[in-house]
Amino acid sequence: MEMNLFRMDFSFSPEEKNFRVQVRTFLDREVSDEFLSDLEEQDEVDFSREFTKELARKGWLAMAWPKEYGGGGATMMEQLVFNEEMGYHHAPTGGHRQGISLIGPCLIVHGTEEQKRKYLPPITAGEVVWCQGFSEPNAGSDLASLQCQAVEDGDDYAITGQKVWTTNAHRADWCHLLARTDPEAPKHRGISYFLVDMKSPGITARPLLNMLASRDFGEAFFDEVRVPKENILGEKNRGWYVSQTTLNFERSGIAWPASAKRDLELLIEYAKETKRNGQSLAQDPIVRHKLTEMAVEIEVARMISYRVAWMQSKGQIPVYEASMSELFGSELLKRLGDVGMQILGLYGPLEHGSRWAPLRGRVVRDCQFSLGLTIARGTSEIQKNIIAWRGLELPRV
Amino acid sequence: MNLDFTEEQEMLRTTARDFLAKECPKALVRELEEDEKGYSTELWRKMAELGWMGLVLPEEYDGMGMEFMDLIILFEEIGRNILPGPFFSTVVLGGLPILAAGTKEQKEEFLPKAASGEIILTLALTEPSARYDAAGVATTAVAQDDSFVLNGTKLFVDNAHIADYMICVARTKEGASPEEGITLFLVDAKSPGIKCEVVPTIALDKLCEVVLENVIVPKKNVLGELDRGWPIVARTLEQATVAKCAEMIGGAQAALDMTVNYVKERVQYGRPIGSFQVIQHYCADMWINVDTGRSILYEAAWKAGEGLPAATEVAVAKGWINEAYKFVTERGVQCHGAIGTTRDHDIGLYYRRAKAAELAFGDTDSQREVIAQQIGL
Repeated sequence: MEMNLFRMDFSFSPEEKNFRVQVRTFLDREVSDEFLSDLEEQDEVDFSREFTKELARKGWLAMAWPKEYGGGGATMMEQLVFNEEMGYHHAPTGGHRQGISLIGPCLIVHGTEEQKRKYLPPITAGEVVWCQGFSEPNAGSDLASLQCQAVEDGDDYAITGQKVWTTNAHRADWCHLLARTDPEAPKHRGISYFLVDMKSPGITARPLLNMLASRDFGEAFFDEVRVPKENILGEKNRGWYVSQTTLNFERSGIAWPASAKRDLELLIEYAKETKRNGQSLAQDPIVRHKLTEMAVEIEVARMISYRVAWMQSKGQIPVYEASMSELFGSELLKRLGDVGMQILGLYGPLEHGSRWAPLRGRVVRDCQFSLGLTIARGTSEIQKNIIAWRGLELPRV
Repeated sequence: MNLDFTEEQEMLRTTARDFLAKECPKALVRELEEDEKGYSTELWRKMAELGWMGLVLPEEYDGMGMEFMDLIILFEEIGRNILPGPFFSTVVLGGLPILAAGTKEQKEEFLPKAASGEIILTLALTEPSARYDAAGVATTAVAQDDSFVLNGTKLFVDNAHIADYMICVARTKEGASPEEGITLFLVDAKSPGIKCEVVPTIALDKLCEVVLENVIVPKKNVLGELDRGWPIVARTLEQATVAKCAEMIGGAQAALDMTVNYVKERVQYGRPIGSFQVIQHYCADMWINVDTGRSILYEAAWKAGEGLPAATEVAVAKGWINEAYKFVTERGVQCHGAIGTTRDHDIGLYYRRAKAAELAFGDTDSQREVIAQQIGL
């Protein structure tokens, strides 16, 4: 007797399919070519504030959070569908990503009731921008060596130090930050996790231009910034472990293959419409080969993302699986950027704003943008270490 | 969505793994590589007793009535262990097209015997033109009284030297397209006019040259419709490609496991080489290749098994797994160092099979061309 109820099935349920149609219809309308074009010209956070609130009003922003914390209580697979559609449409997430997928879930696990009441509602309403004060000039991959100090002083801590690669530092309302509270302890055991109001006196935040000249990330200097003790998340000196909490937010990395899929479709259209040396680019065997190679990798990336989401939907915690998906998806976007530029040829480097720029300069933009993807959230090398150590159990020195 | 196997499927996997580990040690694999027949009749009989040859055949033909996905699990384990012999050709290349296109009489005649291990089957499709499409079929079949007369040369025919029957793909008519005018014949391998010779290969996998000279095949042995046999071949190729992918993923997993175990034990500069970051990253890369390949394999197998259009997924799977298996075995040899390059070391068994499997049922470039057409290029 076959237990047919539990047969393998790669298809989405009718409800999930319906939901996808709803999201797609909304995003097709809202995230138009004009919208993306305007986004290109402007500050992503400012520009997308209304869009983010609209997502909140539709109940999609915190859809997978528990209902008691203002979430929609959606399933992991619904969240996957939503993130896949957002990625495909290149919809902006800059203003809400930190709140929704990092600090919010972390607060749900480690926050006091008071902290939850204070910080969660503005996140689910899309009204607050958070930034992450983790990296420092001398603490990158080796994050636990961070030197930013928090010194106890009465009811407060005084925080002094520098944070860098802080996405949205200059625009954020709040910062979740790691600082050293015990310089004598072993490096992982002297760190605390703080919630810092970015309007506090003593903070200087400024944007750092990336290669695209976009102001996504920044740096922040803290000069004896006073933070009340109640703003520690979790226990004092346990901040490292709070930051390492394996959170139950969607970690499939689906946004990468989804966004790559849209870029590939645009490149295929371009190849079919463009003639070079008397034939359509789509007939050039080398172009066909390159685009098809990308199609293969995108499908592979999509499948490993689905598997991570599937694991999470069963309550399992993906560790190396999530690293694999993150690594594969981000490296894939770099390869796609390279292929896209090769196919556009001399037109490749032309940027948004030129009437000659193919696909509104999207390829060249994504090509440069992709450089950061294999560095942020753990470099590709760190991801491979995690896969080797935690997955294959290879010996650490 | 459900990306897990059933409990029964997990059991099938465990049973197959244990059985093969016990009954088909590497010493036997090596012995059979040198053996003229290339398979062990004793092992064949035991596999039949487990019901493997009839796994996906309906119970009315003495089969187990299981699904395509179950077969995929079996092939993964077969690839992991390397099982030499005519299992693939009998079950996939012979059994599936007879099940799909055979008349009641043909099914009754061939399938129970295939399920019991009494007969060995294969598919004689490819020719010296070395292609898997209909245009590559030059062998002819001409009607004569109650029979057809077949002439031509088939090449790369899997285990033809021990086959009892081969499904021979021949041209019965020149049509408007290469697919038109293709007919399939169930040919008794002992018919007069058949000459069969094993061609030596890197994988020692018993590929044969089969020369057909005025071979007479009775009309009742036409499989499917006259002149319209190509869709049966196409479907069989799709299933065979997925099954081959499963074998390859099983092999890649074995090569990875072997390598990871080795780098944990091999000491140089006073520490296991697996503690060096370069080796760790090689191993991580190998694993990514195996794991991504497995995910894509299951998607393709599910689609093919459900009878959904699967051309893109199957081509994606084969195109990806070709490169993955090759990469994993090449890195595997590299991590083993000099010992890995010796004939005696098992990593080489997998390397050789990876090379052969990569080119069977469509190399990476040909899979990419299929995908190119599917995505509108």
